[in-house]
Amino acid sequence: MVKDNLTIADKIFSSRLFTGTGKFSSSELMRDALLASESELITVALKRVDVDNHSDDILTHLSHPRINLLPNTSGVRDAKEAVFAAQLSREALNTNWIKLEIHPDPKYLLPDPIETLKAAEELVKLGFVVMPYIHADPVLCKRLEDIGVQCVMPLGAPIGSNKGLKTKEFLEIIIEQSNVPVIVDAGIGAPSHAAYAMELGADAVLVNTAIAVSQQPVQMAVAFKMAVESGRMAYQAKLAPVKEHAEASSPLTSFLSKT
Amino acid sequence: MSNSVQINHEPTVKSNFTESFNVFSWDETLQSIFNKTSDDVRSALANPKRSLEDFKALISPAAQPFLEEMAQLSNSQTKKRFGNTMQMYAPMYLSNECQNICTYCGFSFTNKIPRRTLTDTEIIKEAEFLKAKGYDHILLVTGEANKTVGVDYINNAIQLVKPFFSNISIEVQPLDQDEYERLSKNGLYAVLVYQETYHREAYKKHHPKGKKSNFDYRIETPDRLGRAGVHKIGLGALFGLEDWRADSFFTALHLKHLQKTYWKTKYSISFPRLRPFSGGLEPKVEMTDRDLVQLICAYRLLDEDVELSISTREDPIFRDNIVNLGITSISAESKTNPGGYAVEPETLEQFEISDERSTEEISKMLKSNGLEVVWKDWAYFS
Repeated sequence: MVKDNLTIADKIFSSRLFTGTGKFSSSELMRDALLASESELITVALKRVDVDNHSDDILTHLSHPRINLLPNTSGVRDAKEAVFAAQLSREALNTNWIKLEIHPDPKYLLPDPIETLKAAEELVKLGFVVMPYIHADPVLCKRLEDIGVQCVMPLGAPIGSNKGLKTKEFLEIIIEQSNVPVIVDAGIGAPSHAAYAMELGADAVLVNTAIAVSQQPVQMAVAFKMAVESGRMAYQAKLAPVKEHAEASSPLTSFLSKT
Repeated sequence: MSNSVQINHEPTVKSNFTESFNVFSWDETLQSIFNKTSDDVRSALANPKRSLEDFKALISPAAQPFLEEMAQLSNSQTKKRFGNTMQMYAPMYLSNECQNICTYCGFSFTNKIPRRTLTDTEIIKEAEFLKAKGYDHILLVTGEANKTVGVDYINNAIQLVKPFFSNISIEVQPLDQDEYERLSKNGLYAVLVYQETYHREAYKKHHPKGKKSNFDYRIETPDRLGRAGVHKIGLGALFGLEDWRADSFFTALHLKHLQKTYWKTKYSISFPRLRPFSGGLEPKVEMTDRDLVQLICAYRLLDEDVELSISTREDPIFRDNIVNLGITSISAESKTNPGGYAVEPETLEQFEISDERSTEEISKMLKSNGLEVVWKDWAYFS
C-alpha cells in the first residue's frame, strides 16, 4: 500500500484519528486510551488547563513524543475572546495551532459561523494554524479556505450527541469542493460512523465523547483507530458502486451488435 | 474587515418572566401535577424531547414507582453530556449582615447574632485557605446590607479573589442590570439567585421586611442577569416553605423562559432543603430523600445540559449516592459563616451543614465513584 500520510500546515500525521481529552473518569485512563488510539493530534480545552502550572494534571498526562497538543477555545462566546484565548495559548503552550471553537449557545454547543469567520481571518493574519469547528456548511468552508485556514472541521451532529453523520449530504459537498483537509468533528458516536466518514473521503475525524464515555475507553480507542484505518483504506481502494437494480440477465440492447 | 456585513446590534425588547408566570395559578398547577397518571409518566419517559408537561408527570406522585428507571436514564444522560466528571466548588461567606427578615434564615435581621463583614485582609486569608485546598471555582456569599455590603464591596471582593481563582460566582442580594454588567466586566462568572418560593403569598409571609420582600424584583432578577450577559445563572427554590412539586415546576418554567430568551447563558439548578439553624423555622412541607432524587432525575430528563448542584446541606450517605444520578457540581467542607475557614472558624453559621467531610475525603469518594474531579473549567479570555 502507498504510504498515506495526512499533512496539515507543516505537520505530517500518520494517524487520521484526532482525539479529545474531556469526559474521562481519570487522567490516567485518558492517557491510556489516547495512547492506545495512536492519535497524534489531541485537543485540549484551554479553560480546563492551568497554563501557569507546569504540573497541570491534564498536560502532564499528555506529555508523550507522539502527541501534538491542539488547544481549543471552548468557552469563548465571540471572535474577540477567541483571538485572546489563542494568543494566550500560543504564549503558554508554545504552539501556534488552534482549534477555533466559538459556540455561544451552551445548550447544543453549535458553532457561530459569523464570529468564527471573523476570528479565523484575524488568527490567520496573526500566523496561527487555524482549525475551525463549524457547521457542515459548504459555503462557509470555501469562505474559510479563501482566508487561509489550514483545514475545516465540519460537524457530523451536535457535539457529544453520538448521532453519527447527520450532515452527510453537506459533508459530501464539502469533501468534493475542499482544497484543504476536511476533518469531521463532533457527533461521531461509533467506530462505524468514523469508518463511514473516512469512506466518504474525509481526511480525518475527531472523536472524544464516544471514547471517553464508553465502558472500556482503551478498547474503544483501539476500535476507532481500526475503523479510521479501515475506512481510509476502503476510500483509497474505491468502493464498488452501489446498484439500485439488479443487472438484467438478458440485456435489452444486445440486438444492436447483431446488425 | 472591509467586506464584512454590517449587523444590526440593536437589542430587541425581551419580555420578563413575570409576563408568562402571572398567568399561572399555584393551586391549579399543583392539582395538575397531582392529576398525572402512570400513562403520563410512561409517555414522558418515552419522549426524547421532554416538555414541561412531561416534567410535571416526572415529579408527580405517579412517577414514584418509576424512580429506578428515571435514575438509570438520568445517569446515562448526564454521563453523555458531562462525561465521568464532577466540578468542585466552595462557598466563601463574606458577610452575615442583613437588613432582611427571612423566617427561615440564620442571618435574618432580627436574629441576635454577632455580625461580621470581612475586611480585605480577611478575604485574602480565606481565599488562600481555599486555594490551598485545591479550589478554583468559588462562590462568594453575603446577606443583604446595601450600605456596608453593596455592589462596591462585592466588586472589590471579586478583584481581591481574582488572582486566586479561575471562576468566581456570587450569591448576594439581587442587583440592577448595570451593576451586573459592571461586575461581569470585572470578572464575575455566575450569579445564583433563588426565588425561595414561587408562591406569592407565602413569599410575602416569609419575607415580611427588607428589600427582599419585593417578590417581583426578585423574580425578574434572572432577566436582568440575562440582559447583562452574565455567563451563568443559578436558579432554585428553598424546599420546605411550600409544596416542592409546584415550586419545582415554576423553577423549570423559569428555566425554559430564560433559555429561550437569553440563549447564550448557561444555567444551573440547586436544591436547598431547609436546614436547622439557631432559632429556626420547621419545614412546612417535608421533602424526603426519595422526593429529592426524583426531582434531580426529573430535571436531568427535562434538560440534558443544565448543571445540577448539590451542597453540604445534604448528608454523606445521600451525597455519596446522588453523585451518579445527575449532579454535576458539588461543594465540600463548606463553612457558612464569614471567616469560617481561616479567619475565625468558631462563629455562628447561616445553617448547619450535614456533610462535614474534608475536601480530600470528598475527592476520594468521587474517584471511587469513577468520577474525575474537575477543579478548573474556566478561564477569562477577555
